[in-house]
Amino acid sequence: MGFVNMNTIKKLLLLVLAAPAVAMASSGVHLDKAPYDLNDKASLQRGAKTFVNYCLNCHSASYMRYNRLKDIGLTDDQIKENLLFAAEKVGEPMDVAMSKKDAKVFFGATPPDLTVIARSRGADWLYTYLRGFYRDDTRPTGWNNTVFDKVGMPHVLYGMQGEQVMHVEKQGEHETSHLVMAKAGTMTTPEYDAATADLVNYLVYMGEPAQQTRMRLGVIVLLFLGIFFVVAYYLKKEFWKDIH
Amino acid sequence: MNSLTKMVGWIDERFPLTSNWKAHLSEYYAPKNFNFWYFFGSLAMLVLVLQIVTGIFLTMHYKPDVNMAFASVEYIMRDVSWGWLIRYMHSTGASAFFVVVYLHMMRGLMYGSYRKPRELIWIFGMLIYLALMAEAFMGYLLPWGQMSFWGAQVIINLFTAIPFVGPDLSVWIRGDYVIGDATLNRFFAFHVIAVPLVLVGLVAAHIIALHEVGSNNPDGIEIKKNKDPVTHIPLDGIPFHPYYSVKDIVGVVVFLMVFSAIVFFAPDMGGNFLEYNNFVPADPFKTPEHIAPVWYFTPFYAILRAVPPLFGSQFPGVVAMGVAVMILFFLPWLDRGNVKSIRYRGTVYKVALALFVFSFIGLGVLGVLPSTPLYTIFSQILSLVYFAFFFPMPWYTKIDKTKPVPERVTG
Amino acid sequence: MSKKEVDRSKRRFLIADTTAVGGVAAVGAAVPFVMSMLPSERAKAAGAPVEVDIGKIEPGMMLNVEWQGKPVWVVNRTKAMLDALSKNDAKLVDPKAEAPQQPEYCQNATRSIKPEILVAVGICTHLGCSPTYRPEMGPADLGPDWAGGFFCPCHGSRFDMAARVFAGAPAPTNLVIPKHKYLSDSRLLIGDDSKGA
Repeated sequence: MGFVNMNTIKKLLLLVLAAPAVAMASSGVHLDKAPYDLNDKASLQRGAKTFVNYCLNCHSASYMRYNRLKDIGLTDDQIKENLLFAAEKVGEPMDVAMSKKDAKVFFGATPPDLTVIARSRGADWLYTYLRGFYRDDTRPTGWNNTVFDKVGMPHVLYGMQGEQVMHVEKQGEHETSHLVMAKAGTMTTPEYDAATADLVNYLVYMGEPAQQTRMRLGVIVLLFLGIFFVVAYYLKKEFWKDIH
Repeated sequence: MNSLTKMVGWIDERFPLTSNWKAHLSEYYAPKNFNFWYFFGSLAMLVLVLQIVTGIFLTMHYKPDVNMAFASVEYIMRDVSWGWLIRYMHSTGASAFFVVVYLHMMRGLMYGSYRKPRELIWIFGMLIYLALMAEAFMGYLLPWGQMSFWGAQVIINLFTAIPFVGPDLSVWIRGDYVIGDATLNRFFAFHVIAVPLVLVGLVAAHIIALHEVGSNNPDGIEIKKNKDPVTHIPLDGIPFHPYYSVKDIVGVVVFLMVFSAIVFFAPDMGGNFLEYNNFVPADPFKTPEHIAPVWYFTPFYAILRAVPPLFGSQFPGVVAMGVAVMILFFLPWLDRGNVKSIRYRGTVYKVALALFVFSFIGLGVLGVLPSTPLYTIFSQILSLVYFAFFFPMPWYTKIDKTKPVPERVTG
Repeated sequence: MSKKEVDRSKRRFLIADTTAVGGVAAVGAAVPFVMSMLPSERAKAAGAPVEVDIGKIEPGMMLNVEWQGKPVWVVNRTKAMLDALSKNDAKLVDPKAEAPQQPEYCQNATRSIKPEILVAVGICTHLGCSPTYRPEMGPADLGPDWAGGFFCPCHGSRFDMAARVFAGAPAPTNLVIPKHKYLSDSRLLIGDDSKGA
């Protein structure tokens, strides 16, 4: 009947199509793999807390409603007590306290809305970005970043991570650079990495809250279609006995 | 006579229900040797229905206003019950439509389905393809992301390249001097009602033209040449219903399995179906690093970029891109072979078709990559290979050494 | 080219089970579309319960609060108003509030949780106009027997200070009392009467 052919062709096409997307993704900077787990509700809750306490000061997440956080195991009361920021009711969206105009004046560019940042930048980029700030006195904020050169954002989490500097080494013609911790923060590097992983985990979840439901439902749909296939196939086979 | 028969009888006195059922289903005799390549017509119709239904439900919540469009899509993804599923079905459906249509066209190329007396079916099909490209292009503007905006910017600027009328034409299309609210709103009107109506009409014409002449088959022979002397039914024909209705159900289920796997597990498709940059709201002041159209347009985009500017004008590239699409209309008259199906063609045609497919896929890949000097040379070479399928066709199809064609269909 | 006998019963069975599975698929596919037309999270958030501080309402004063797009009156009734309530009973259509226009905890003489605080939806049960608040006793246009209440200017319906409808008015039923609860002595929550925090 040839349905194997259709799948092979589609697979080939997919391989061919995936290549350019991969080629485009990297712009030269190596990205660390973000160790996130959307099933870890505790991690998501910690990430949500960091997000609300630090990020919502300047950024909005205006497509995300506070009460959606019940997905990650929080009750309305927990949300109200610990997380509501510049909002009165849990049904409201995560808007920012600062006005967009003021933000543009302070930082040179309006801090972008973060609701779907994980879908445009990707988890690995965000994980590397949040750990890649280093002191740079040539910049107005005093900070620069390894993945986002000349970024307008200061290192909001420097209290936790500490302050890194860029260490440049010349080995003959070859120049290498890497980050070195100049001043320690309240967290050790593994602790900060874990906290960042939690935050990235939350950002990935916030980018598409329905993703867990989507995948669970997908299994059921495919199993059902498998049954439907068997049933329809036998019907076809039976009728086609007539044809020679 | 039971009540159902009576009801049908009442309708038949006033409406050609049973006669049409017979003519197009239970007594429409299709060749019995349809293979895997013959699933894609009915699948294309399924995807059309899918897009219309999901589209209607998206229109209940989407707002075609530059200040609200992006937010309304996220509203659908988060606040509307099952909105995320309807959205993903629509975005996956758009790409699925082109996969199915390209495979459907491939069938036509392989088995000579465009040859006399089926030229008009092919022409309606090509018009459907044009309408589909317009529909997809306009639909892509609606989420109002960075790719939406800048993709539309690039393509509408192509019209500016047309001599004399170009700039005014572009202003007329946009409804403004820049892409903005006027453009978004009218693209919404076209995408939601104008082009779908045209598409449905063209599909009806396409099928009516097909049924008038009868279907082709993998052997490329006319089954109406061998009819039963008593019943006048083609000896190699079988009624579409129940045989192909039952077979198409299986095809539909397999399609839905692949479709669902994508919708539920990889709706982004690595950035090919839902581009990463489109999750950033449109910003007229910030041009993205790489502007590429969605994958189904990339072969033609590669041809556009392959042609160098002439006297400072991009118009030659625009012309080349246009010819690359429009040349397909002329296939029925370019092909001078004395057999329809690739099964009986000689090596020349088989090589030509293989090279054409290779160039189409290769150009598709190049269309997504940045236009470096090396990639541009590749695009130029492949563009020549692409056109080499069509322009010399009257010659090479004539000299091709074909095999004798059977009287009756084979498997 | 042998021609086997067509097994009709097998075909009937296969058609039946394919139709059954197909039917399940159709229903399963239809559910998300139908459900997508229900109120979205945005609509539900807009219709969320409203908290009111009643500590600021002077005796005899009315506060007009919006809830689910409707006007809700919160009235701090005076002792005189409360005493006058029972005197009207004979002239009312439904003095005992038997029609289901209020939650069961408000099916009492004052149609309220706290005796002095009336919480009522300010939409006339006739054709939907919003009646005016007439707290004064015996004004000229309403007559000497008027002991405070609400008068609808559209078609003349009258309601007493427990939002109960007078006979002879076109309105058929008492004004609706929305579900509500008190979070504390001064905090009223309109639109939610769930037990617990």
